[in-house]
Amino acid sequence: MLDAVAARLPRGRPAASVLPPALDRDQGLWLLGAAALTLLPHLAWLPLWTSALCGALLAWRALLLIEQRHPPWSLLVLALGVAAAAGVRYSFGHFFGKDPGIALLAILLCLKLLETDSARDIRAGVFLCFFLQLAVFLGDQSLPVAALALCATLVSVTALNALADRTADNRERLRVSALLLAHALPFMLVIFVLFPRLPGPLWGLPADAYSGLTGLSETMSPGSISNLGESGAIAFRAEFDGTPPPPAQRYWRGPVLTAFDGRTWRAGRALESSSPFYSPSGPRLDYRLTLEPHNRRWLLALDFPAAGLQGVLHASDYQALSSQPIRTRSRFQLAAQPHTAVGIDERRQALAAALALPAGYNPRTVALGAELATGAVSDEAVLQRALARLRSAGLVYTLRPPALGRHTVDAFLFDTRRGFCEHFSAAFTVLMRAAGVPARVVTGYQGGEINPIDGTMVVRQSDAHAWTEVWLTGRGWVRVDPTALAAPGRIESGIAAALPEGEVRPLMMRAGLDWLRTVRHRWEAASNAWNQWVIGYNSSIQRDLLGRLGLDRTDWVTLGGAIGVAFALLLGALLLWAGRQQRRGDRLSRSWALFGKRLAHKGLARESWEGPLDYGERVAAALPEQADALREIARTYARLRYGPEADVAAAHRLHHKIRKLRLP
Amino acid sequence: MAAGNAGALRGAAERWLFGARAVETAPIHLGQRRIYVLPTAAGWVFALVLLVMLIASINYSLSLGYALTFLLGGVALASTVHAARNLLDLTIRPGRGEAVFCGEDAVFRLLIDNPRAARRPALALRAHGRETVFELAAGDGAEIALACPTARRGEFAIGRTVLETRWPLGLARAWSVFTPATTCLVYPAPEADPPPLPVDRAADGTRLRSGGEGDEDFSGLRRFRDADSLRHVAWKVVARGGPLLTKQFTGLVGADLLLDSAALPPSLDLEAKLSRLAAWLLAAERSGCRYALVLGGTTIAPGRGELHLHRCLRQLALFRNVPSGTRDA
Repeated sequence: MLDAVAARLPRGRPAASVLPPALDRDQGLWLLGAAALTLLPHLAWLPLWTSALCGALLAWRALLLIEQRHPPWSLLVLALGVAAAAGVRYSFGHFFGKDPGIALLAILLCLKLLETDSARDIRAGVFLCFFLQLAVFLGDQSLPVAALALCATLVSVTALNALADRTADNRERLRVSALLLAHALPFMLVIFVLFPRLPGPLWGLPADAYSGLTGLSETMSPGSISNLGESGAIAFRAEFDGTPPPPAQRYWRGPVLTAFDGRTWRAGRALESSSPFYSPSGPRLDYRLTLEPHNRRWLLALDFPAAGLQGVLHASDYQALSSQPIRTRSRFQLAAQPHTAVGIDERRQALAAALALPAGYNPRTVALGAELATGAVSDEAVLQRALARLRSAGLVYTLRPPALGRHTVDAFLFDTRRGFCEHFSAAFTVLMRAAGVPARVVTGYQGGEINPIDGTMVVRQSDAHAWTEVWLTGRGWVRVDPTALAAPGRIESGIAAALPEGEVRPLMMRAGLDWLRTVRHRWEAASNAWNQWVIGYNSSIQRDLLGRLGLDRTDWVTLGGAIGVAFALLLGALLLWAGRQQRRGDRLSRSWALFGKRLAHKGLARESWEGPLDYGERVAAALPEQADALREIARTYARLRYGPEADVAAAHRLHHKIRKLRLP
Repeated sequence: MAAGNAGALRGAAERWLFGARAVETAPIHLGQRRIYVLPTAAGWVFALVLLVMLIASINYSLSLGYALTFLLGGVALASTVHAARNLLDLTIRPGRGEAVFCGEDAVFRLLIDNPRAARRPALALRAHGRETVFELAAGDGAEIALACPTARRGEFAIGRTVLETRWPLGLARAWSVFTPATTCLVYPAPEADPPPLPVDRAADGTRLRSGGEGDEDFSGLRRFRDADSLRHVAWKVVARGGPLLTKQFTGLVGADLLLDSAALPPSLDLEAKLSRLAAWLLAAERSGCRYALVLGGTTIAPGRGELHLHRCLRQLALFRNVPSGTRDA
């Protein structure tokens, strides 16, 4: 103390506070890693220039960091930001909406990281990363994307840890973050299961929220379905309770198109009701349908939906509809009765609409229809004649039909003779109408492949199909699939079998790639489980699951209470963990205290100032016959107490040794 | 008055909430009941971020959005437990505090022991608005020094001390409040430019021939001050890698010097007198002569050397702080 004061004789005050040192290299690199991993899955959706800009900005930041130079002039960053915003405005045409929003956020993140060295701003950057990780899920919630997002989250948490803990090495930082995530996992699972799910959006979504969803449309013109033909994307899955229907019965009904203007088919007006417009009869097939979102109301149910289905509306054209557009992957419990007779007493207007043909189109087909109708005893006879005629017409089924002129049906039937299902159904419908038989086009999906791994039937966009329904007195609407005339295999074995030799098939449809198909089956089974239980977890699944767990009511109060109880339990477990680590050390103290107590009986109590090694030497000298054991105990204790690593097993052995120590 | 009441109320509330107790001389053990955790500003911002993420997940029905939001919420929650655990079972023992002159920083020392076989990163010790950031190695203890500015002479206690951590993520702050028995003596600030030593008043009544620093005889070394002549720097010491020291020379060792507060001009107030006495004590010690101090009713017999100097300075520091100190100098 004395020399300390002497040294302080001159008066002066040390620097009051040291400026916080700038971001060090490791901290910065964790942060850049977090930003890069977060932005990686966005590259698929961002415009090319945005991705390039983000990459360049991050690379620039990395360079500054490695060379330990200061961030660039902030006015320059501001100018870059304004230019980028203008670029976003130019690329998207507007600022509002999902895609321009994400692009702006991505650029903002990169600029923020470039501009700053302060811990507060850096933390804001990490928070922005979390936002962008969430935004990835707007586009894709598949397993690999989820895994990537989890990695990005781990790295982001590590970046936060690196900001809070400047001295740890990177392995330690990663360990702490992984431990935090592991501790967070039970909390996440509990809230994920229990948090009340709200159906539908809270407010209007931006117009582009559901852009990029593929599927059938409400109209059909040449080429609209063959566009889907090459897409292997899954349209929906069906799980049948019993035996799945044979391929010839796998007609999944979409929009029914009645109005024809010479080129495009459009849906007619249909009534809606909660009960079907027919009396379902015949064997019943129960199944669960999981629809990929397509932003339309139609459910694509198997013909013909049974009565009494939850959440299903029936249209007068026998389509099953949902009350809201399907914007998320949704599950429906459905049933079909394929042998039901429908439309025996169809409304007069509907029949009239099913006979209308635009004037001045397809004169040759109209003439053919009239020719078929003359002398026929019934509509059924006309139908048979028409089928026979088409069968002999030499029509070819192809994914690449040639272009047709103004008279699309004429050109197909008499000139090119090559077409896809929409050509066949449109031509046949026009022909039947020309012959005076009410007919209409039905679009939807035909077929479906059973995944041998999990037994679900997978229907892809390439299974999109169009067929015809004709109305016959006494039988009602009867399905006729003219495509089958030219390509019977299309119905029985799918599109791949139906295409003629030599036509380029979509990759997965090629023969000889069985192993690839097996891999795909496995992958899709895993994705299906993921989709069903994680992505598709909604209020109805929640109700089912909680009902099975004995929680009958799923209102906010019950769920809130359940969350509270689960939280208290988990937090208690975590606190127990926090305290338990400590008792291991205490055990060591207890062992040491026991050692001292036992020797105190021999008059060798430990002095409070005595270190373990000194004490060990003293008692070893006093009790020479036990000297080695006593020294060993004292040394082990010192090592465990002051050594860097916690060795629980060694502490346990030490305690045992002290207890068994034989004192004279 | 109102402000005083509010301050008292706040102090009472803090005592009630955080159990800031009286001075604790025994080792302070941080158990679970003494550790508090609340979100930091960044933590509140993070909560806001999570809320926005939750709303986005609800709005777009994003299952994985929910999952990510809840996972991050869980991480934040777990980080509060980790933060509290970072302080759990630390033991704090009061260390020595060194005497300083008023205006300098008092350095309080606390011995903090980490019994756990894991490191305790990013700890901060805070008192009197100052903070020291440190960390403890696994199973290790350390003496942590905290420098606080001084404004008044006398006994300076470390008072209400906070040990806190924002580890692991900076989203939550765990802290504990305690009052260790660590104090630091604050001497009056020596007057910056004091008049020369009162050489005419020797303890035994004789006059001193010469006082203060001279330049004839080498008497010792002391730390270099800005005002010192470069000629007197002990360059040999510097050349050996030692500190910058000034060679001291005395003129002549004379008779004992008497420093009496009563002899100071009455126009000076008490603190100014103490400051001048402090400066004279230092000068007298430097000059190498023996000196005595008379302060109020207390007299310290003539002497010299560090111990004597400190006894005198201590008298100055505590003057009037003693119960009987009612006399005026």
